[in-house]
Amino acid sequence: MVDPLLLQEKTTSRMKPAITLEGISKSFPGVRALSDVSLALYPGSVTALIGENGAGKSTLVKILTGIYQPESGVIRVADTETTFPTALAAARAGVTAIHQETVLFDELSVAENIFLGHAPRNRFGLIDWKNLNADAEALLHRAGADFDPTIRLRDLGIAKKHLVAIARALSVDARVVIMDEPTAALSHKEIHELYALIERLKADGKAILFISHKFDEIFRIADRYTVFRDGAMVGEGLIADASQDDLVRMMVGRAVDSVYPKKDVKIGEPVLTVSGYRHPTEFEDINFELRRGEILGFYGLVGAGRSEFMQSLIGITRPSAGAVKLDGNVLVIRNPAEAIRAGIVYVPEERGRQGAIIGMPIFQNVTLPSLSHTSRTGFLKLANEFALAREYTSRLDLRAASLDQDVGTLSGGNQQKVVIAKWLATKPKVIILDEPTKGIDIGSKAAVHAFMSELAAQGLSVIMVSSEIPEIMGMSDRVIVMREGRIAGRFERSELTAEKLVRAAAGIETQLSGRAA
Amino acid sequence: MIAKLLKNREILLVVAVVVLLALIALRFPGFVAPSNLARVYNDTSILIILALGQMAVILTRCIDLSMAANLALCGMVAAMLNAAFPGLPIPVIILAAMALGGLLGMINGTLVWKLDIPPIVVTLGTLTIYRGLIFLLTDGKWINAHEMSDTFKALPRLALAGMPVLSWLSLLMIAAMFLVMSRTPLGRAFYAVGGNPHAAIYTGIDVGRTRFFAYCLSGTLAGLSGYLWVSRYAVAYVDIAAGFELDIIAACVIGGISIAGGIGSVAGAVLGALFLGVIKNALPVINISPFAQMAISGTVIIIAVAVNARAERRKGRVILRKAEAV
Repeated sequence: MVDPLLLQEKTTSRMKPAITLEGISKSFPGVRALSDVSLALYPGSVTALIGENGAGKSTLVKILTGIYQPESGVIRVADTETTFPTALAAARAGVTAIHQETVLFDELSVAENIFLGHAPRNRFGLIDWKNLNADAEALLHRAGADFDPTIRLRDLGIAKKHLVAIARALSVDARVVIMDEPTAALSHKEIHELYALIERLKADGKAILFISHKFDEIFRIADRYTVFRDGAMVGEGLIADASQDDLVRMMVGRAVDSVYPKKDVKIGEPVLTVSGYRHPTEFEDINFELRRGEILGFYGLVGAGRSEFMQSLIGITRPSAGAVKLDGNVLVIRNPAEAIRAGIVYVPEERGRQGAIIGMPIFQNVTLPSLSHTSRTGFLKLANEFALAREYTSRLDLRAASLDQDVGTLSGGNQQKVVIAKWLATKPKVIILDEPTKGIDIGSKAAVHAFMSELAAQGLSVIMVSSEIPEIMGMSDRVIVMREGRIAGRFERSELTAEKLVRAAAGIETQLSGRAA
Repeated sequence: MIAKLLKNREILLVVAVVVLLALIALRFPGFVAPSNLARVYNDTSILIILALGQMAVILTRCIDLSMAANLALCGMVAAMLNAAFPGLPIPVIILAAMALGGLLGMINGTLVWKLDIPPIVVTLGTLTIYRGLIFLLTDGKWINAHEMSDTFKALPRLALAGMPVLSWLSLLMIAAMFLVMSRTPLGRAFYAVGGNPHAAIYTGIDVGRTRFFAYCLSGTLAGLSGYLWVSRYAVAYVDIAAGFELDIIAACVIGGISIAGGIGSVAGAVLGALFLGVIKNALPVINISPFAQMAISGTVIIIAVAVNARAERRKGRVILRKAEAV
């Protein structure tokens, strides 16, 4: 089959990819992040990298920028086989990345940021400030920016920081520019400025890898696409030949395996009612009901405001408006301790940062939020603590030599079980699980799912925030999809399809099917 | 078995102290006589009490640089109370010193909690303020032994069952702190807040308030130490215990209390203080100059930190790998 691009391109020099990856594989303990992935980026062309959360996009970017080393596979830059043992090596080869949150230095000037590490020197080997600022200004001009290179970076907005990052890419003569969800934090106007910039970079002959969840952007700016699913490349081609439907199908196209241990539970009366919840910047107009024995899935893209909403529900942040009823009684939650007392607990997403307390023994981690139950005199009773910890860790099938063991010595899956046991020990009415199986091995995943089902069967109400479609579809009785801080769809289990979820999360209208194939 | 025991920080410290004592005994056998060891313990008592307070603060990822200044101010106020009202019972004076120390600790704690200022900056500021207050109170004048009542001076030395009250008090504080750290929700909260402040918030622990209580504790213990110091040395002036905050922190660090918070124990703080106490008392006996003493203390601190850092890094790495896999 002839690559259609060959027919389009006029100059032969443009046909050669600026960089190719062939047969790249990478795995982490318990997780195969990428298997046998290939990708080619062409000069003067924008390739969109599409995939669900966890499809392996970020891992690929880290391999391209020298942060991770692939276990197998070949990287070729302009036909020469090479490796990127360090981030510096990747930068020298002309690969540069612009991230969602720019990795620049707030306290340095724009010019210093652009030339950090390769500033022009004068004959004494000191930084040549005059040339530095003049060169920076020229580069900013090429990037389409007109601000003063001597101002401090912190005084710029995110869009302008992107321009600085692009000027930095130009300064090292980058051949390959990776943009990882560059529009995530931009306003409408700024996005259009970014499009203009991308056009300029294309005209300059840069090969651009554009990672985005937003289909309108992809169809607006990309020339080619590559779709990843579960760490493998499942499709590629020209955007002109594809429709949104095709891309969505490729992203999710797999049968949801029936391995999910979802039990049929009789759904009871409403337990938690949330109405009119809003926050000045993170979410608005959140209304829903959670019933006894129900597992309510919250699906959405990263940054859709799901975790932010959950955190305000348990009093970590305060909503600007909204009411919560638990068992019919109006509830005011000012801090997490009050939420725990009321019976609403939140198992956070970042196990390392927000969950387990490393350095503390398992039993102390488990009993931490329930210390008031284990003592009557104000002094703790170790025997009671151990009993409580043993009860809940054994229900979760925790594998540990002793409950006295430091949590830090456990595997990720077992740490997650400790964190969940901690919350169950408070005997909650509502448990919110934020990405409960993210980054843990298959065996532990199954245990967590089975236990979630068990909890619902016992009459607990579960909210499960997840970005994994199979998990959402396999475990939820109902699903709420959030997009940009609002509820974008509600689905009963019987009417769930992966396409519907992705469409609601990405904001694709059902009647629109993008560019027809 | 032995290798496993040696991994336990406290046991490692006991071994270090015993080795140190054995080395000293080679040169000067009299040093390890029970009566002398009791004397060394008594001499280290105030450092132990202070290290216990500092431990609570460091466990919550903070630091209290103002402890020695707090001690000096409370000691001065205790001495002035005694000089002005010689009839005032000593327990009242002690309680007043502890209350004032607690109040000064509350100021530190409030600034850290409500204004969210870095603890090192807060206590560096209050360190200077508390010292300055002593000068304002006294115009730089000393309160000497003859202005203090005999009971005021005698209490720490008073022998009870063969041991001075000073030693008994430090033992009592060790026991009380042991109880607080291992058997109360507050003690557990100290570990949780320092071990993982983000997780502590989700667990319903108020991080700021926990730190506030840690400062109250360190302040109160500094207040008690103020009375003990002034009565023991029978003099109060602006500069008493100047620079002692560094000894307190050193004792904690040697005792395996992680400056990064969340790791440490009462036994560690006590052993760290004892280790410094032994060095301070032994080196003059075996004719090592005070300057060499400082160098030796410094070396010990760095070795202790290096050993602890190695132990912690091994744990940290596993977590990091897990986190990256996400």
